[in-house]
Amino acid sequence: MLMICYSLYLIHNLVLLRYHLLDCYYIEKSNRMDYVNTRRQAASMRKCLFDQGYLDEQFYQLEDLQDDASPNFVEEVVTLFFRDSLRLMANIDQSLDKCAKDFNKLDVYMQQLKGSCTSIGASKMKTECTVFRDYCRDENIEGCMRSFQKLKREHSVLRQKLESYFQLLRQAGPIECATRPSK
Amino acid sequence: MGSGDSEMHVLAVDDSSVDRAVIARILRKSKYRVTAVDSAERALEILEMEPSVDMIITDYCMPEMNGYELLRKVKESRQLREIPVVIMSSENVPNRITRCLEEGAEDFLIKPVRPSDVSRLCGRIRH
Repeated sequence: MLMICYSLYLIHNLVLLRYHLLDCYYIEKSNRMDYVNTRRQAASMRKCLFDQGYLDEQFYQLEDLQDDASPNFVEEVVTLFFRDSLRLMANIDQSLDKCAKDFNKLDVYMQQLKGSCTSIGASKMKTECTVFRDYCRDENIEGCMRSFQKLKREHSVLRQKLESYFQLLRQAGPIECATRPSK
Repeated sequence: MGSGDSEMHVLAVDDSSVDRAVIARILRKSKYRVTAVDSAERALEILEMEPSVDMIITDYCMPEMNGYELLRKVKESRQLREIPVVIMSSENVPNRITRCLEEGAEDFLIKPVRPSDVSRLCGRIRH
């Protein structure tokens, strides 16, 4: 009788273990699929940024500099870029608002902005910086203003797209998280 | 000057935080010890405190004192003149490049600087 009870107890625990293992398997599989899907979305977003000309090959160089010692390097540099570019664009805005336009000063600001755009591979912005500088050289204020408006739009779009991209990457997390069952 | 066979110490000077981050990362990934500063004036302060820098890599266009002026100050100093100075610039201006090389710059790099530029330079300086 005791043996029968003990056997039933063992069988019961084995059944529970089986369901538990199945649960873990499906959770892990689901986590992996979430990870894969999120990564796939991020990769697609990244490809669009290149295909649509927002980024150039310099961005690949930044990615190559990222490793375990500096796992968020690209996002850190991009954050620095948007911080600095906002400051420079505010300076340009102020200079354009003044009655007496200082084209030399405008050119200096734009040269700095162009430099930063080059360093992160912000291709469309870099092109527009060059257009602005050409207008500066010609002392064409209307041209400068038109170009600057376009530059601000490009800046805003790039910022939005990169923020979404990095958000997806953070959501996906490292591969180790994908294999850990969620609670 | 120099730390011989041990880790090379590079002083990176750039007023752009983006470029400073990038050049510092390139150097650190190549296993160099890096001090990164945002102005030529700050670079001279560091050099006064720690003249055992193996190389200076500086942006050309900086407010107040530019990279060329920093180069001249380094080459005029008996204590510092043996330190190789590399100039970086986002603009390819031949007169600027000639002037810097004539003043004793080790090299003039056009930005964006690549890891291959840095390894080539540092390899040359080690030898």
